[in-house]
Amino acid sequence: MRLPTLGRSIKKLTPWSALLPMAVITVFCYLGTTLWSLRISLSSSHNIPINDFIGFRQYQRLLDNRRWIDSLENLLMFGIFFIAASMLIGLLLAIFLDQKIRAESLFRSIFLYPYAMSFIATGIVWQWILNPESGLQHSVREFGWSGFRFDWLVSQDNAIYAVAIAAVWQASGFVMAILLAGLRSIDAEIWSATRIDGIPPWRVYMSIIIPMLKSTLSVVFLLLATSVIKVYDVIISMTQGGPGMATDVPSKFIMDHLFSRANISLASAGTIMLLSMVLVLFIPVWIWRKRHLSGGIR
Amino acid sequence: MNNRPRPNSDWHSPWFIASIALVLMLLLALTFAALAMLKPCIFDRCAKAMLINPEISSGRRAEVIHWWTAGGESAAVKSLADAYQAAGGIWVDTAVAVGEQAKAVAWNRMTGGNPPTATQFNSGKQFMEMAGEQLLNSIDPVAQRDQWDTFLPQVILDSIRFQGHYFAAPVDIHMPAWIWYSKAAFKKAGIASEPKTMQELFVALDKLQAAGLIPLAHGGQSWQDMIVFSAVLSNFGGRELYLKVLRDRDMNTILSPDFKNVLLTFKRLQSYVDKGSPGRNWNDSTALLISGKAGIQIMGDWVKGEFSLSAKKPEQDYGCIPGFGDDSLYIIQDDVFVFPRTSDPDQIQAQYLLARVITSPATQVEFSVLKGSIPIRTDVDASKLDLCAQKGLRIMKDKSRQIGNAQIYLTPDQYGALEDALTSYWNSNLSVEKAQKSIAAALSD
Repeated sequence: MRLPTLGRSIKKLTPWSALLPMAVITVFCYLGTTLWSLRISLSSSHNIPINDFIGFRQYQRLLDNRRWIDSLENLLMFGIFFIAASMLIGLLLAIFLDQKIRAESLFRSIFLYPYAMSFIATGIVWQWILNPESGLQHSVREFGWSGFRFDWLVSQDNAIYAVAIAAVWQASGFVMAILLAGLRSIDAEIWSATRIDGIPPWRVYMSIIIPMLKSTLSVVFLLLATSVIKVYDVIISMTQGGPGMATDVPSKFIMDHLFSRANISLASAGTIMLLSMVLVLFIPVWIWRKRHLSGGIR
Repeated sequence: MNNRPRPNSDWHSPWFIASIALVLMLLLALTFAALAMLKPCIFDRCAKAMLINPEISSGRRAEVIHWWTAGGESAAVKSLADAYQAAGGIWVDTAVAVGEQAKAVAWNRMTGGNPPTATQFNSGKQFMEMAGEQLLNSIDPVAQRDQWDTFLPQVILDSIRFQGHYFAAPVDIHMPAWIWYSKAAFKKAGIASEPKTMQELFVALDKLQAAGLIPLAHGGQSWQDMIVFSAVLSNFGGRELYLKVLRDRDMNTILSPDFKNVLLTFKRLQSYVDKGSPGRNWNDSTALLISGKAGIQIMGDWVKGEFSLSAKKPEQDYGCIPGFGDDSLYIIQDDVFVFPRTSDPDQIQAQYLLARVITSPATQVEFSVLKGSIPIRTDVDASKLDLCAQKGLRIMKDKSRQIGNAQIYLTPDQYGALEDALTSYWNSNLSVEKAQKSIAAALSD
């Protein structure tokens, strides 16, 4: 009679022991390095870690740093434009594909294709397209429309949107794929019911389908928002943060200070500040999801 | 009997899963242990090093980290390797593309206890910090024996000595702020002779613009903006202002009208660049000169490599101006090798031999020809060098015309902040007073 109880307790332990390697990695590699960054950000280290405490002076320097503030503003503008445009275009593409069109799988592949490309390649291609001297503007002018102007990439005010265009091009297909799966999971009965009631399709989408997709939409939002926070490669390949500081982003600031500027404490302060901002932004979203979505399932 | 698991659901058994988890964890632990044991070898050519016969390798085997990977550069570094082999050593080449990556690899290996024999670096404040952290061996015996203080330029001596000891061996001198021009473009624009003053430079730029050419082929990346600024500061500001701003970081000078004029001249050049300039690579700008589409480029002497690749000849197809006037400054940007700390006597011997070989006159000439730089010493046979390098070497003979690159005087952090301030000014409508203030802020700490 002892064996079953032992077996049961092992059964309880099994999932935990299976999770243990992952837990070890999470604790040491993620939390450990985060704490290490926090520690470094409170020191006066430059080239190599120094074991002293200077309080929050690095954070003070960071907030006094024009470039850091600019890069945060750029990130905000990029984020708003990128998330809004990707979600809108992705949603429209998904609705388009949901109309039971012909050759749907072909279109699906075409729309998803950009997502298979690396951000570096995307950035370089779009840099060619958007370069006013050799790209789109040049070609349109060659066709005879000599007044045509599209020089966002080299303009102080618009360069960040030019970068966002490239990012939207890449991410929309991905958004479409997730939302299409969401649309497909909606009960066909709903469509029949609305058809009987004679409600126009756009109204059905606006008032019924999209609200039903809210859990999928919030997942998409979270995924896009994380990719905004870590945006780096597309900036490097398209503008290297220029012209001037017009497309500088926090991750580029951090990488510059971590390596070429040999100031690991300031770079660490930047990462910790970025992390706290992510937490401040994401915890409300997370709580909202928990309240609204789990309630819906119940 | 009921408790016996059914045979076909064996893998559901908690015992089975627990043992799998245990094996996985053991494997993980083993991997970590193996990694810890092999740590000195990770990222290194450990296997190769282990295979080398100890009797040969115990002699003067030198592992050298560098970032000279482009065509002409790797040919130049090979000439160093050949010279070292000829002197009886064994050169183990560890090339890491991109300077920052190579520095990061060297740093990690030095702090991780597995240093290379030598590693390429740039002299200046970061190097001083490295010497201050006692991460380097000094090469005093070589410097004293060969009397480095008699032939090295003062700027270089100051930049490789720390507390009276020599911690680096210089390899080459680059001058980052040459003014290059396309002879074809000048002819098309009707410019008879090369500009000899800043005013003449602007006249030439105007003529190029009038002829429908791109007057100034500039790549709008922050480090290139910095180069244009250095050229204006040295040619228009002069020696005293240059040192006051970059070496002494004198706030009064930075906020003075003289420096304001330098900034305005710098900004005036911006009106001569084309729309495609932002973000362009330096060699793409050089290509505009080569094809005759653009007139002038301000860039380091490494552009000679681009010209040579297109079979263009100095003073025939393109012109090179090191500076205006007979007292123009020669900005020194040197590459050096540093020698990470080790107590292994064989390695120390290898470090000494390396330092001696790379600074010897014959090696210097051969290296400079391939690299496009000029030798670190002026007591060499200059006839093998190209015409532009000869011009540079002539200027270098006058000690009062030698001056350091900003990197020699500033910490990487200050240098970066200055670069940010300059590129913001170059690219935006920022007023010159605000630019002066942001430069003062960049250099104040």
